[in-house]
Amino acid sequence: MHPALSIVFFTTASGAGFALLILLGIGAPLGLLPASQGFGFAALAIAVLLAAGGLASSAFHLGRPERAWRAFSQWRSSWLSREGVFSILTFLPGAIFGVGWIFFGVTTGLVGLCGILAAALAAATIYCTGMIYASLRPIHQWHNSWVVPNYLALGLASGFLVLDFLVRLWAPQPWGVAMLTFIVVLAAWWIKERYWRFIETISARSTVASATLLGSRGKVRMLESPHTEENYLLREMGFGIARKHRMRLRRVARLAGFVLPTLFTLFALLFGGVIGVIGAALAVASAALGIVVERWLFFAEAKHTVTLYYGAEAV
Amino acid sequence: MTSLPEARPGRKKLGLVIDLDICVGCHACATACKEWNASGHMGPLPDFSPYGNDAWGVWFNRIHSFEEGEGEGARTIHFPKSCLHCEEPACVTVCPTGASYKRAEDGIVLVDEAICIGCKLCSWACPYGAREFDADEGVMKKCTLCIDRIYNENLAPEDRQPACVMVCPVNARHFGDLGDPRSEVSEMVARRGGDDLMPELGYKPVNKYLPPRQARMGRGLVPTPAAAPTDLTSPADRLLRWVDRVLSR
Repeated sequence: MHPALSIVFFTTASGAGFALLILLGIGAPLGLLPASQGFGFAALAIAVLLAAGGLASSAFHLGRPERAWRAFSQWRSSWLSREGVFSILTFLPGAIFGVGWIFFGVTTGLVGLCGILAAALAAATIYCTGMIYASLRPIHQWHNSWVVPNYLALGLASGFLVLDFLVRLWAPQPWGVAMLTFIVVLAAWWIKERYWRFIETISARSTVASATLLGSRGKVRMLESPHTEENYLLREMGFGIARKHRMRLRRVARLAGFVLPTLFTLFALLFGGVIGVIGAALAVASAALGIVVERWLFFAEAKHTVTLYYGAEAV
Repeated sequence: MTSLPEARPGRKKLGLVIDLDICVGCHACATACKEWNASGHMGPLPDFSPYGNDAWGVWFNRIHSFEEGEGEGARTIHFPKSCLHCEEPACVTVCPTGASYKRAEDGIVLVDEAICIGCKLCSWACPYGAREFDADEGVMKKCTLCIDRIYNENLAPEDRQPACVMVCPVNARHFGDLGDPRSEVSEMVARRGGDDLMPELGYKPVNKYLPPRQARMGRGLVPTPAAAPTDLTSPADRLLRWVDRVLSR
């Protein structure tokens, strides 16, 4: 599948943004985060910028962005529509939570309840993002049970990394947040490895034989393509550039997305203070690069069944 | 609404039956489709850089050619592919706007271009590659089963068929109601063992493909030895070779 940069940016940025909103919406009412209004402003502003920036970026993928509002209508059947609806709904209690915290310094009671509600809706949004891909049966690398956990875990890991950095600007050594960040990044890493193992070892049921009903006389090969140049189907669904380099790119994603953030978080956890802030900032920067590469690979490694009609023997 | 109409037994299911045994791969169905639909219900079907390098455009029908088997037992199969108007079309249910829909009255899958936002998700959801994006208008396009022919009262009754079926010079394409077990197309599917493409994905395509007949296997496949090259040494042959060389200059 063609990795459109607008969608790579959308899923990574809004994943991190909504996950940060989950952590703030739960952490602040429970008193686990700095209660300072300044922290509330900084953290919520970054969460909203990431989430809304990602959503805006997704509109660039559309052929008719001015009609984007229509995408909220088919939530009965479409995961994309559900994602849109939940993402907008998140901002309603989120706004009350933000105003209460930033302007009045309140994070409990009704404001806290709104925070928890916003957290639940943000979690639903990330779940829907994962389901958009997991529900597509023609793409074996997406239609499997590792994809939704992958989106939730990577969203939460990036949200935790940003939170760990921000909390360190207000509290010198946030043990709880840092420990959780460390654990969640390791868990996300494990899930990503399991996903990679799945797509390496389990093959799709569809083959060129099932796609053409041929094969009774032996191997089926493409003799002639219907057209001499690339068409929309091949540009969009027949993307093959990354596959040659996929092992190298996986190493980049593994190192920048998981190994370095884990080490930097541990480093910050051990030293605290200014060194801790620097460590957490490096963890965020490294994870941003790693998760963008991971998401790019998520698209580039996905093989659509339409390629079976264009010479692929299996997907 | 992108929810599917309720499936009821006996409901009309208009579609195509494609005979892989007969198709000669002439691409006439693809060109006739393009010609009719370029100004039809879903037209225009744009072409980009049509006379330059990297020419591409929107087509609803594509003819793939495959080889099956090795050596003497091998054969060539031409494989036309267009929208299969599935009974469980995920291209419809994934649509966030309601632009994609499946008609309850005849099962035809269509796109409302006035609503489509061009998110392309439907083309990802189609296993068969039936939907192609119109980069000019920013909306998705697809086969309409020539909805503007089959119900067109301005056409003679015998012409109320999809353009691809009308044009096929070898009668490899048939149009009819696959929901009616006694229709001509349904009986043909039953007789010839017509089947679904990628049934494992559960889209329940309405269009059926008739597999190539097995009967011809083993008959007439004994290769004739190539004729031995004649010895071109007689004076007449030498003269002919000299003429050939002179004329080739």
